[in-house]
Amino acid sequence: MYKKVDNKDIEYLKKVIPNDRILVGDEISEDFYHDELSGTEHPPEVLIYVTSTEETSVIMKYAYQNNIPVTARGSGTGLVGSSVAVHGGIMLCTTMMNHILELDTENLTVTVEPGVLLMELAEFCEQNDLFYPPDPGEKSATIGGNISTNAGGMRAVKYGVTRDYVRGLTVVLPNGEILELGGKVVKNSSGYSLLNLIVGSEGTLAIITKAVLKLIPLPAKSVSLLLPFETMQAALDTVPKIITSKANPTAIEYMSKETILFAEDYLSKKFPDTKYEAYLLLTFDGNHTDWIEAEYSNVADICIKNGAVDAYFIDTDERKKSVWSARGAFLEAIKASTDEMDECDVVVPRNRIADYILFTHDLAKEFNIRIPSFGHAGDGNLHIYICRDGLEKDVWEEKLSNIFDKMYKKAEEFGGQVSGEHGIGFAKKGYLKNQLGETQMQIMQGIKAAFDPKNILNPDKICR
Amino acid sequence: MNIIVCIKQVPGTSNVKVDPVTGVLIRDGVESKMNPYDLFALETALKLKEENGGTVKVITMGPPAAKDVLMEAIYMGADDGVLVSDRRFAGADVLATSRTLSSAITASGNFDLILCGKQTTDGDTAQVGAEIAEYMGLPHFANVKSISVKSDNNITIVSELGATIQTADASLPCICCADADINTPRLPSYKRKCEAKGNEALIKTLSLDDFKDNNPDHYGLSGSPTQVERIFPPDKNTNREFIEGENAGAKVFEILKAKKFI
Repeated sequence: MYKKVDNKDIEYLKKVIPNDRILVGDEISEDFYHDELSGTEHPPEVLIYVTSTEETSVIMKYAYQNNIPVTARGSGTGLVGSSVAVHGGIMLCTTMMNHILELDTENLTVTVEPGVLLMELAEFCEQNDLFYPPDPGEKSATIGGNISTNAGGMRAVKYGVTRDYVRGLTVVLPNGEILELGGKVVKNSSGYSLLNLIVGSEGTLAIITKAVLKLIPLPAKSVSLLLPFETMQAALDTVPKIITSKANPTAIEYMSKETILFAEDYLSKKFPDTKYEAYLLLTFDGNHTDWIEAEYSNVADICIKNGAVDAYFIDTDERKKSVWSARGAFLEAIKASTDEMDECDVVVPRNRIADYILFTHDLAKEFNIRIPSFGHAGDGNLHIYICRDGLEKDVWEEKLSNIFDKMYKKAEEFGGQVSGEHGIGFAKKGYLKNQLGETQMQIMQGIKAAFDPKNILNPDKICR
Repeated sequence: MNIIVCIKQVPGTSNVKVDPVTGVLIRDGVESKMNPYDLFALETALKLKEENGGTVKVITMGPPAAKDVLMEAIYMGADDGVLVSDRRFAGADVLATSRTLSSAITASGNFDLILCGKQTTDGDTAQVGAEIAEYMGLPHFANVKSISVKSDNNITIVSELGATIQTADASLPCICCADADINTPRLPSYKRKCEAKGNEALIKTLSLDDFKDNNPDHYGLSGSPTQVERIFPPDKNTNREFIEGENAGAKVFEILKAKKFI
């Protein structure tokens, strides 16, 4: 059992942290009780806006000695409850640690605090002709949160995911000790990679207070293609053919007409084309116009041969905005189309996407429920949303549970995994356990215990 | 209905640098694109064609490389293009540009309707549409939100004029300058690009010799009464004032009121 935060604890915390950065009990906004989606809800007892590694360390030391649970939180844009303080205790909010500390142009790294927003980082890099490729849809997420879920995003096909860009981390362990993991080095074969254990650990092993991120030169030009298809199957069946062709797009996204229409409603803005049932959206980047043109022409030919009605160019800022702003709003748009929804973020081998999506269409028919989806066709990561649409609570919960069971089972059958990029957190724990089995879960629990023997850091998440 | 759309090639970015010594825009190495405001005019034309039949011809004045912007319009759905290109047109101000375009339109065959964008992103004068109308003696409508066909020879035009919405019936031919953001312009098509490849007949080039009034003094720099003294990038003002505290809303209100914004 954890210790409840009492007056003595508050007194201590207010001694080490300026009072205007500590909120207690009812002073804490309900926004901090939950994240963006998961339905997981619990208030923290104390909310502290931390501003440094040292402060974080002092708080952790105290929490460790007094057995108080601690949950780190950035912008709260998670989708599986990772940043919800399910046992109360102290919530450490990193949004004031939002400074870009150093741009090292000799090592091509940027050093940031965890509360820097993804959009701020992207803009800073571009201003310096450099590129931080990970591009998750939620641009107002913090980089600390992105590292904690190993966020992927739309450019994963060509550039990989957040993990591939984390060179070094400063972390505070549950007992308050400060560790430097990795660094500005390009290679590192120095024992077990604790750095890589922290990436994707959803704040359960240590608190990230600083990150050294790898950058690459900014590609001079990028062009996207919007490819309409008569059916979703034709669109998705084309994806493995694009990959087989050895083309190297940065993104291959799929979207249905239905989802685009939700985004139109949500943004009150028309999409350039909504005549067809399904669309693929591909992006190519590089430094030479001719080279990009040759590459996208080749892919456009492949797609047209496989049923694409046409291939539309998205080559100027205005065109990019008209298409990508809709793509960026899909999650919120689907959310706005229903009273409640839950999501499934499975990842399957890329050549099984079409089968998987058709399977979800069958499920929608079987359960008489709406299941819109969109996602990263190029890396097999799907975002599937089950919409409540006014169903009675017990009917909704039963249907949801049955649908999830079938979805995760099918993903496993196809050689997939429970989460492609949103993480496990609190909401998906059961499905992770079902798929990974006892041995893997025990190893994970052992790792958790090695970092956090008292289980005070973000307890009840992922594997414990 | 046969529609002519006037378009212009502009720098692809808003961060165009100005040579501090000569005051000339540095265009070398800067990619170009279709003036974003012209896209709304072109989309309006293509929709009218879809609904009522007819043709859409695009016309641009510029160096030979401006052919690209005509081709882009063809990939979007225009039928053909006219490139108005002649060294003697260089250095034209808005008046000379309007005279050149009106001469070119007259030399390009029959039309029912001329559409222009509201303004360009490089010159920003928003005068060319109105001046073409003046040269050609045609009715002109600015800030046009929508156009619907009433009969063979009549259209209804809705324009937003500040706080007033004007609905007007106009007989053809006339000129309309489309407002910004009145539609979502369609994207250029790869299939149309493949079809157009090698088809030289799609673009007709006109020079001064093709005009009825071919007096070189009426065109280009010599036909331009405007003298540009200096071109310079505008100062970037990034002053910000943070208003915090309990009465922040009231303070903002007071400031805006003092500055007469509300």
